Amino acid sequence: MNLRSAIQFGLAALALTAFAFGAAPSIAADTPDPVADAKAFQKYFTDRFPKLKLEDFVNGPYSMNEDMHRQWEEKEQFPPYDFGLDLGKELFSKPFKNGKSYADCFANGGIGIRQNYPYFDEKEGKVVTLELALNRCREANGEAPISYLKDDMAALTAYMAFTSRGKPFDIKIPADPRALEAYDNGKRYFYTRRGQLNFSCASCHVQNPGERIRAEILAPALGILNAMPIYRSEWGGMGTISRRFTTCNSQIRGVPLEPQSDEYRDLEYYLSYVSNGLPISGPGARP
Amino acid sequence: MRKVVRASILSLSSALLISGATAAFAASSETDFKAAYAAAEAANKEAGSLRNQWTTTAATLADAKKAADKGDFDAGTASAKEAEALAKASIYQATSEKDAWKALEIH
Amino acid sequence: MASTIRVRATSSGENTEVQALIQHPMDSGYVKDAKGELIPPHFIQQLTFEYDGKAVFTADWGPAVSKDPYVKFAFKGGKKGEDLKISWVDNKGASDTTTAKIQ
Repeated sequence: MNLRSAIQFGLAALALTAFAFGAAPSIAADTPDPVADAKAFQKYFTDRFPKLKLEDFVNGPYSMNEDMHRQWEEKEQFPPYDFGLDLGKELFSKPFKNGKSYADCFANGGIGIRQNYPYFDEKEGKVVTLELALNRCREANGEAPISYLKDDMAALTAYMAFTSRGKPFDIKIPADPRALEAYDNGKRYFYTRRGQLNFSCASCHVQNPGERIRAEILAPALGILNAMPIYRSEWGGMGTISRRFTTCNSQIRGVPLEPQSDEYRDLEYYLSYVSNGLPISGPGARP
Repeated sequence: MRKVVRASILSLSSALLISGATAAFAASSETDFKAAYAAAEAANKEAGSLRNQWTTTAATLADAKKAADKGDFDAGTASAKEAEALAKASIYQATSEKDAWKALEIH
Repeated sequence: MASTIRVRATSSGENTEVQALIQHPMDSGYVKDAKGELIPPHFIQQLTFEYDGKAVFTADWGPAVSKDPYVKFAFKGGKKGEDLKISWVDNKGASDTTTAKIQ
C-alpha cells in the first residue's frame, strides 16, 4: 500500500471512529467504577462465549474452538515452558552476592503471591508489578537489573506464577484517588487506538476474540494475563508481560514505550483487576 | 455530522495530496532537505511527547537520511515530507483518541 | 548439568507411548542476529530411542526442525519398569543421552 492511500485509509478510519463516537449516547460518568467495570467486562465475555466456564478464559486462544482446545490438552502433557520453569526455580533460590535472596523481598518468601500483583503502592503513589518488584529486589541487594522482556525475568516470573497456580487474581484498588487514577489510565490505554494500523488492545481482544488476525486466533481480554509468562512458539522461547506489551505495540506499528513505563504498569493493573476471580494458570504456552 | 466528517477527510487528504504533488515537481536542494527533515523530526518529537510515535515514521525518517547521505536530495526530501505526514497523522490520532476511546469501552 | 532430554514413556500393555521434549537451539543457519550476521547452523542431526537394545525410533533431522523439539510416538511392546534409552547427536558433534523407566 503506497503512502498516500495508507494515510487516507488511516484518516478515514480515524474519522469513522470519530463519527461513531459522535452518534453514540452520552459518555459514562467521569468517576471510574472499577467494580461495575469488572462486572460488565466479565459479563461481556461470558455472554459472548456461553459454553465456557469463567476459568476457561485463562487459556486464551485455546478456549476459542475445539481444535485449539485439543492442541492445548496435548501441549499441557509436555509443556515447552518446562525449561524456563526449572531455570526460574533455580534462579529464585540462588542467593545474591550479599547473601540475601529474592525470598527476602517478598511476602511469604515469594511463594504463592503472584495473584496479588500488580498492587498500588501508596507510599510511592504508583503501581508496582511483579517484574518491577523483582528488579527492585535485585537493585536493593547490589545486583544489576535484568531485562524485563525474557530470559531470567521470564524464568523467575514463571516460577512465581507456578507457585500460585489455581489461586484467583486478587488485585486491590485502595481508597486512594491516585490508585483510581492509575486504574483509569490503564483502562484508557486499553481502549485507545494507536500505531499506524490504528488498533487498540480492544480492537483485537474485545471486538474479535476467537477470530483470526492473519494466521493467529485472537485471545479474549478476560484472563489474558493469567497465563503469563508464556512460552510462545512464535518467539521460540519465553516472554514476559513486558515483552507482550511492547511487541503488541510494534506489531500495530506503534513505537513501544519503555518496559515498565507508567502506561504499561497501569495497563497491567487494569487488565489484572478486571480478571479478578480468574485463576492464575502461568506459566503458559501459546502458538 | 456525516457531512462534516466527510468534508474533513477530503480536506485533509487533499492537503496531503497537494503537498505531495508539489514536492514531486520541484527539484530539491540540500537546504530543502534539511528544512523538510527538521520539520519531520519536530513533528515526530511532538508525537513522542504524546507517547504515540509510529514505527513507520522512524523508518521513513531513516530512509530520508540515507538518501540524503548519498546526495539524493529529491528522494531525501520526499521521504522527509512523508515522515512529517506520518508524524502529523500520529499526533492527530493521539489527540482525537483522547475522547474517541470511549466508543470502544465495554459497559 | 541437568539433561536436555525430558521424557515420559507409558505402557498401555500392548503399546508404549513416548513423549520427549529436548532442549536445543536448533539454529537453522538461515537466521540473522541483531547485528545482521548469520547465526551458524546448530541442530540435532540424529535422535535415537532404544528399547531392549534395539532402536524403536530414529530421526534424521535437519535445519527445518524448530527450537526445543517435541516428539511423540508409540511403539509395539515395551514393559513397565524397563529402560528406554534416548540419545541425540548434533551437527557440532555434541550429544546427550538419558535413560527413563517406562511407566
